[in-house]
Amino acid sequence: MPTMDRRTFFKFLAMGVAGSATASLPWLSAAQAETPSLYDLPQKGQARILHLTDLHGQLLPVYFREPNVNLGFGHALGHPPHVVGNALLDKLKLPKGGVEAYAYTYLDFAEAAKKYGKMGGYSHIKTLLNQLRKGAGGQKNTLTLDGGDLWQGSGTSLWTRGVDMVEASNIMGIDVMVGHWEFTYEEQEVLSNVALFKGDFIGQNVRVKEDALMADEYLEMVEKNNGLGLVDEDAGYAFNPYVIKEVGGKRIAVIGQAFPRTANANPPEFFPDWSFGLREDDMRDLVKKVRTEEKPDAVVMLSHNGMDVDIKMAENVPGIDVVFGGHTHDGMPIPVNVKNKAGNNCLVTNAGSNGKFVGVMDLDFRDGKVNMHYKMLPVMTNQLAADKEMEAYLSQMRDTKYDEKIVESRHPKRLFNPERVGKSYKEILEEKLAIADRLLYRRGNFMGTWDQILCNALREEYKADVALSAGVRWGTTTLKGDWITMEDVMNQCSMTYAETYVSDMTGKQLLDVLEQIADNLFDPDPYLQSGGDMVRAGGLDYTIDPTKPLFKRITEAKLDNGKAIDPDTVYKVAGWAVVNRTPDGRLMWDVVRDYIKANKGKDNILALPKINHPKLVNVAKNPGIADYDGDLS
Amino acid sequence: MKRRSFVKGTLSASVAGLAVGAGLIPASLLAEDKKAEEAAAASKDAEATKDAEAKPAGHATSFDSTIVDSAEKSDKIKLKAPDVAENGAVVPVTVDASGLEGVTKIQIIATNNPDAIAGTFNLAEGTVAFASTRIKMGKTGPVIALVTVGDKSFKAQKDVKVTIGGCGG
Amino acid sequence: MKVRAKEKDGVVSIKVLMNHVMESGRRKDKKSGELIPAHFIKTVTITANGKDVLTADWTGSISKNPYLACKYKGAKGDKVKVSWVDNKDKTAEKDVVVK
Repeated sequence: MPTMDRRTFFKFLAMGVAGSATASLPWLSAAQAETPSLYDLPQKGQARILHLTDLHGQLLPVYFREPNVNLGFGHALGHPPHVVGNALLDKLKLPKGGVEAYAYTYLDFAEAAKKYGKMGGYSHIKTLLNQLRKGAGGQKNTLTLDGGDLWQGSGTSLWTRGVDMVEASNIMGIDVMVGHWEFTYEEQEVLSNVALFKGDFIGQNVRVKEDALMADEYLEMVEKNNGLGLVDEDAGYAFNPYVIKEVGGKRIAVIGQAFPRTANANPPEFFPDWSFGLREDDMRDLVKKVRTEEKPDAVVMLSHNGMDVDIKMAENVPGIDVVFGGHTHDGMPIPVNVKNKAGNNCLVTNAGSNGKFVGVMDLDFRDGKVNMHYKMLPVMTNQLAADKEMEAYLSQMRDTKYDEKIVESRHPKRLFNPERVGKSYKEILEEKLAIADRLLYRRGNFMGTWDQILCNALREEYKADVALSAGVRWGTTTLKGDWITMEDVMNQCSMTYAETYVSDMTGKQLLDVLEQIADNLFDPDPYLQSGGDMVRAGGLDYTIDPTKPLFKRITEAKLDNGKAIDPDTVYKVAGWAVVNRTPDGRLMWDVVRDYIKANKGKDNILALPKINHPKLVNVAKNPGIADYDGDLS
Repeated sequence: MKRRSFVKGTLSASVAGLAVGAGLIPASLLAEDKKAEEAAAASKDAEATKDAEAKPAGHATSFDSTIVDSAEKSDKIKLKAPDVAENGAVVPVTVDASGLEGVTKIQIIATNNPDAIAGTFNLAEGTVAFASTRIKMGKTGPVIALVTVGDKSFKAQKDVKVTIGGCGG
Repeated sequence: MKVRAKEKDGVVSIKVLMNHVMESGRRKDKKSGELIPAHFIKTVTITANGKDVLTADWTGSISKNPYLACKYKGAKGDKVKVSWVDNKDKTAEKDVVVK
C-alpha cells in the first residue's frame, strides 16, 4: 500500500490550508500527539454543518483524478470551478507539488497517488466526522448533509438497489439528503429506501405530476408507504421541500433541490409520476415563506444543481445564506461569494465527489448576523483509522451472495446473470481482469482513457464503426501497472439501465447527436446546461469549437481509418444507457469485462492502441484546460 | 389540403425533443418509442411552421404576430413553464394573471409551433385569471402568455429549451 | 374524463384530465407513411350551477390526454359541468359537485 510519509503529511498541515489548531490525533501514538492536526478543527460559532456529496456508491477508498479539462465560457471563463491544474492552485493560493495538488488537481497524478494513497472510504470518513463532531462539542451541534448521487455508482449499490448506501449513510449519521441518481430505481424502491433512511429526504423541485394526482394508483402507492411520496397535494410536493433542524441551539432551514434535469438525463420509466425542473420562481417563493413563517437563524440550500447553476440561482434568489452544492464534482476548497440581486451575500460551495472531501461550515451567530467559516478537508485514507462499526457493516454487506433475486437490468431476460449466482459481491468484484497500460481515468470535458476502454468494448462487441458512451462525471481512476478489477469496471458502468445496443445511423444523425450534447455542455446560460461532460465517441475523431453556437461546433469528423463522416452514409453505431427504451444487448459491464480479458497480452497488460481525443479549437488560452493530450488551438 | 408538403425529411432534423440522457438514442431506434414518437411529431409540427405560414391550410391557426408585438409586457402576469422541457410532447404551462383586474381572455402561444396559439381561455365574470395546461413543443422557443383586459392586451414570455437529455454528474 | 373541484377560501379549483389523441394532422403513420388525420378537442366548456366559468378554444398544439386547470369564485356544493367537443363533433361531459 502506498502511504504518505508522516513528514509530508505534517508539512501539509503546517501550511495551514485548513486551520492551525493544536490538538491530538487520536489514531497516532502519543509521541505525535502535540502535532497540529488538520482534522482537529475547533468550532467557530454555535452550529457546524458537515457536507458530503456525490459519493456514487464509493464505500471503499478510491483514486479519483480531477480533470485537466473543465472549460468555462462567458461568465464562467477563468472562474472556479473552470480553472484547472496549476492555474487552480494559483487562484486558490495553494502550494504546488503537495497533497493539495493531489487532492484538487490532476497534476502528476500517478506519482502523487503512489505517495499519498487512496482517498475517501466510508469507514474513514466516519472517523473524520466523529472527530469533527467531537470538535464541535458533540453531534447536537452539528448537522450532516449529503448532496445526492449517493445510492448509485458501484456494483453493490446496483445489486442492493441502493440499500447498502442507505444503511451505510444511517451509520454515517446523514441528517438530510437530496437526490438525482437516487431516482433511477423504481418509484416504489425509492420510497422504500426513503423509509429506510433515518434522515430527511427533501427536494422542493420533485413534484407529483397532475395526472398521477388525479389517478388512484399513485395515491394507493403513497398510502401503502405510510404517506411517503406526497406531502402537499396543492403544491404537488412528493417530498418535503425543506426541513428545519435545531443545531447548537440555532434553527437552520435546509431547503432541498434535486437535480433539475433528472427526467431528461435518465429513463422516465423509473419515475413516471414525478417531474423535476429548476423551479427558480418556486424556490424564491419558498425561501421567502420559510424566512417569514419559520424565522430560522439561517437558510441553507442543499443542492444537486451543479456549481454554475448554483451560482446563478444564488444571484437570483434572495435570502439564502449558503449553498451546499454537488453534481458537477467540483472540489472547491474556497466557496464562491455571490452577491445577490437583493443585496445579500451567499456562499456557494461544492464538495467534489467520491468521498474525497468533507465540507465543514461553521456558523457563528452574532448580533443577528451569521458569520460563516468554511474549510474543505481532503479525506486522506491512510491518515484516518477505519471506523469499526462501518467497517464491519461493509464487510458483512460485501460478503452477501449474488442470487437469483438480483435485478441489475430493465430487460426481463437480463435481470440477473446466472454466472454470478452463488458468488459473494466481494468475490465477483475482486476478479482481476488485466493490468492497466496507463493511467485510466474518466473525468474531464472530453474523452478519458477509461471511456476509451468502454468505447473499444462496445465497438468490438458489435463490430461497430463508432461507439458512444455518456460523459458522466463519475467513474474512479485506475493506476498504471495496477490490476483492473471487476470493481473498477462496475465503478464505470454501474446503473439500472446499462443495456447495450447497435444501430444504423446516418452521418448527419450522428453529428446532430454530438452537436446537441455539446450544446448541453457549452450553452452560455448555466440554466440550459445539463452538467454532464461531452459524450465520448470511440472510433471517431472530430474537431470542436465550444465557443460556437448549436450545430456549428463540430467539424472534420472522421473515422479511425481517416475517412471523413459523410452525412448520407449509414454507420454502425454502438452505445449503452438508453433513456427512452430498453435495448436487448448485453449489459455494459459484461461487455467491458469480456473485452478486457480478451484483449490483454501475455504479460496481462491491456494495451490501448489509440485514444480518440477530439481536436479543440478556440480554447488554447482558456484556464479551464491544461496538458491536453489531443490537438489544441 | 396538401398536408404532405408540410412534412419534410425524416426524423433526422430533430433528434431534438428526444430525451437522450446518459445514453444516446440513434434516431432510427426511436420509432419504437412512444414518448419520442410524440416529441418527434411535435418536432415535425415545428418544422412545418414556415410552410404553414406561407400557405395556411387546414386547421392551422394562422398566427399574426402583431397581436403579441403590440401587447404590453406585464410583470403582473406569472407565466410558469420549464427552462428545459422534460418531454417536448408534454410541456406544462401555467398562467396566473390574477394580479390584473378585469381579465377576459388568456392565450398560450408557442410561436415556433404551426398552431402557434395552443389555447385560448375565455374567462367569465367571477373566474380567476388563471389557466393551466400542457402543450406540445417541437423545438426550443418562446412561450407567450397573452392576456386581454378590455381592449388592451398584456404579455409575459418565457423561453423553453427542447433538447436531447444530456447526462448528469 | 376526470374532474376534481375543491373549494378553499371562497375559490374553487377545477382540475380536468381528458382522454384524447390530440392529433395535429401533421404526424405520419409509421407503417403506411400516410398522414394521420387531424383529431383534437376544439372547445372545452366549464360551467358552475349552469353559469359560464370558462370556454377554452384549442388547437393540435395541446398535448395528448389534455390537462386543464382553472379557478372561480364559488362554494362547496356547486355543480360543475365540464364538456368538450372535438373537430369530428365528438363530445364528452362530466358533472361533479365541489368539495
